[in-house]
Amino acid sequence: MPTFVKRLLFAVLVIAALFALNAMLSTQGLFGFGLDDYYGRLLTFIGINVILAVSLNLINGFTGQFSIGHAGFMAIGAYASAYMTVYHAPGWELALAGMVGADAAHVLIFVLAIFIGGLATALAGLVVGIPSLRLRGDYLAIVTLGFAEIIRIVILNIDKVGGATGLTVPGYTNFVWVGVFAVITIVIVHNIVRSDIGRALVSIREDELAAEAMGINTTRYKVLSFVISSAFAGIAGVLFAHYNKFLSTADFTFLRSFEIIIMIVLGGMGSITGAILGAAVITILPEALRQLPTVGLFGQEFNFADLRLVIYAALLIVIMLTRPQGVLGTREFGMNWLRRAQKRPEGDEAVGADTGVSIAERDTTPTADPVEEVKNK
Amino acid sequence: MDTFVQQLINGLTIGSIYALIALGYTMVYGILRLINFAHGDIYMVGAFAGFFIAHGLGFAAEPSLVGFAITLLGSMLVAALIGMAIERFAYRPVRKYARMTTLITAIGVSLLLENLGVVIFGGAPRSFPQLLQNQNYTLFGNAAISKSQILIFSVSIALMLLLQWIIYRTKVGTAMRAVSFNLNSAKLMGINTNLIIAFTFALGSALAAAGGVLTAQYNPQIYPLMGIITGLKAFVAAVLGGIGNIPGAVLGGLLIGAAETFVVGYGQSVGIPSTYRDAVAFSILILVLLFRPAGLLGSTVQEKV
Amino acid sequence: MSGAPEHDAVEATKEDSILTEAARAARSSGGGGGGGDDARANGGGGATLRTDKCTIRFGGLVAVNELDMDVHEGEIYGLIGPNGAGKTTIFNLLTGVYKPTSGEIHFQNKRIDGLRPYEIASRGVSRTFQNIRLFPSMSVLENVMTACHIHAKQSLFDAVVRTPRFGRDEEEHREYCLELLGIFDLARYKDEGGTSLPYGNQRRLEIVRALATRPKLLLLDEPAAGMNPSEAMDLMALIRKIRDRFGLTILLVEHNMKVVMGVCERIQVVDYGKSIALGLPEQIKNDPKVIEAYLGD
Repeated sequence: MPTFVKRLLFAVLVIAALFALNAMLSTQGLFGFGLDDYYGRLLTFIGINVILAVSLNLINGFTGQFSIGHAGFMAIGAYASAYMTVYHAPGWELALAGMVGADAAHVLIFVLAIFIGGLATALAGLVVGIPSLRLRGDYLAIVTLGFAEIIRIVILNIDKVGGATGLTVPGYTNFVWVGVFAVITIVIVHNIVRSDIGRALVSIREDELAAEAMGINTTRYKVLSFVISSAFAGIAGVLFAHYNKFLSTADFTFLRSFEIIIMIVLGGMGSITGAILGAAVITILPEALRQLPTVGLFGQEFNFADLRLVIYAALLIVIMLTRPQGVLGTREFGMNWLRRAQKRPEGDEAVGADTGVSIAERDTTPTADPVEEVKNK
Repeated sequence: MDTFVQQLINGLTIGSIYALIALGYTMVYGILRLINFAHGDIYMVGAFAGFFIAHGLGFAAEPSLVGFAITLLGSMLVAALIGMAIERFAYRPVRKYARMTTLITAIGVSLLLENLGVVIFGGAPRSFPQLLQNQNYTLFGNAAISKSQILIFSVSIALMLLLQWIIYRTKVGTAMRAVSFNLNSAKLMGINTNLIIAFTFALGSALAAAGGVLTAQYNPQIYPLMGIITGLKAFVAAVLGGIGNIPGAVLGGLLIGAAETFVVGYGQSVGIPSTYRDAVAFSILILVLLFRPAGLLGSTVQEKV
Repeated sequence: MSGAPEHDAVEATKEDSILTEAARAARSSGGGGGGGDDARANGGGGATLRTDKCTIRFGGLVAVNELDMDVHEGEIYGLIGPNGAGKTTIFNLLTGVYKPTSGEIHFQNKRIDGLRPYEIASRGVSRTFQNIRLFPSMSVLENVMTACHIHAKQSLFDAVVRTPRFGRDEEEHREYCLELLGIFDLARYKDEGGTSLPYGNQRRLEIVRALATRPKLLLLDEPAAGMNPSEAMDLMALIRKIRDRFGLTILLVEHNMKVVMGVCERIQVVDYGKSIALGLPEQIKNDPKVIEAYLGD
């Protein structure tokens, strides 16, 4: 079976590459080449953000539902798994180690933690999604944001997981874990999008009424994409918790949700590669701004690094003014297999209740770029 | 009963502030279908503008009604100008693009104002001067109302009536309603839509600034990030009432203010700790939207097939 | 019904596959299947679509008023009436976009009023829209393939791990859709954006998309709108052709009288939401009530 072999090869290559990178990030380095711990941290956060952005893109970009509560789901994954790894895992790991050895036990326990985090979040996504997805556009947005904030405040009031003081969590995550799950997320979202289900999701974004008329149970698919999207946010939360080794609800405010939205809008809604790019840029940008020099201007010392948050915000506005469709627009970057037919970023056009004119007038410029078409053939 | 009345007074006080800010959200949404996330930060800017006006003109030292009025109007003016500038330079250029783009721009403006606030004013809270001699009046029994609360009520009501008058009784108000009904048709009818949109931003920002100064009379701590949570709750109030609907924003604001205060006041006795205060607004919102998907006073329009 | 499962032995897990079979059976039984001979029987038998005192009110406005319809299997049935008579509203009632305020709708002897649009679609009722509603970002082929959803045998798992079943399923739909596009002369545009086609082709693409759900009843909402006379002529031939080829029943709303009179076997006239006449094209043409409704406009 050649496809099977191809896939196996792909998986082996990815894992080998991740291990090599991970080795480079370790203290010994790989064949003498080592990367600073700082870069390891950066790469890991990029990986976590890739999971968040690509999964959010499934619901926001492809299904066209406007959800801005991703951080809340991330929090559920983080806390559910942390509860397990803090209170139960040490005992279990010890018991398992006796049977399969310490290293394998370590891996198995973390796989279990990730599973629990993902499952808990998927369930939360179902509970939130079923009532919420009856709402449209901005109403859906504010309700998802509301749910996320409620989740955060509820967690804040559970002393068992640290409440307001925070929770110390064992550090299971390393770069390989993050890398593997980032790749899994990308592959799964890509495969879903390019299938019958993917067409159903996109048809909901494009014209919900026509989709229903073609026999698509729009409610079911909206909830499905919401649940899948949440589950990955939960996994990102697990990885984040066990990398950061400390959990505080301050990491899961709505500003975090906004950050993920920014990533996908920046990269281009409805583009997987765009979401990856957006995640990388938004992770690196604040760090890069930290390196800004102090400059003497008008006889005064200006420390630009102190202004980094101001510059970050200003850059965001400038990018939106100059690249309103995101950096990649709606195209997929490079490789043929990642391409979908050209689509327009629409935000949430389906605000059926609009009597007035929406500011999201449909972009009438053709998005198909003939040159790009030829190049990708 | 006394505590109930007291809670109600306190709740409505906060509620009027939410209502003032919610009006700005709702007006801008009504006209542009834009969630202006920076609006909460305009409230902060208004409070700081008031702070500097009061200190600069010496009203801080000597409480007087005139001083208060000038501070209030001055900060409203400053906020209106800033609101118009934001609209002109950040929102207008992206108005024709997808909603996500405008939304991110709004988030960017919000972050910009907050971080500029931190850089310019410093992150630590400042104490807003008392502009009027404060005094408590006893109502029935033990319930009391302070002068600053009376001030908040009277100024908010006056401003809301003024807004109502502008929107329903003036030419520019008619134009605003026309633009919110259909921007393109309004343009074809010869309305200068850009001007009307700018005016809407000015009006909304001025109301938010008034909210900022009034809050500061009641709770004098002001800091650059004060607009985040208050702004979010005011937005929730606007959605609760039916976004785009002006009486709805007032109703939503008052409701959320009151509910929040009651949870803090009585929640303990029914097992809801006061730390859930910030979740109240969202919980009410979600419950209401499940039954009335367009908010309390909003109306849904069926899609044409 | 349970005729030869042949290659259908591939796990008939989804109840939908029954529909596939039904459609196939209908197709193989050739044109007109069932015919109009025994169709008159009250309340059963030949009537494939039947409405019974179907009424819908929007506030004070009665958009459709106690409408009785009786569409026979295999016929091409025209629904005409002046502007605002409620024709599109009737379509929306039949397809579940609106629920009737009172009255019943039956399709193949089962009540369908109150069902959601996708449920009605999966029972074999498909439609086009008066104001074309293609999926703008999708290519021509994707637009059509989306409509194969009811008959998809792939599960989420199949899609995620790309099982052989996924590959077969996609290939099958792709081929079926290309075949359909071929019938309408659209196959060569398969990779173009659906909404970038010229108007007439967009209308035809909508018909193809509706056919891809493998319906038994096809509702066409002004299919000839915006077409020039020769395109409209072609369309008439095409409507007959697909009826025969797929064993369809077709319900048609149309303003172009030439098309209506040329292609419809029976015509019902509505005005102000009420049925005012029903009969053969010749009868309708000379019906004084119909003439009055149109001239009194």
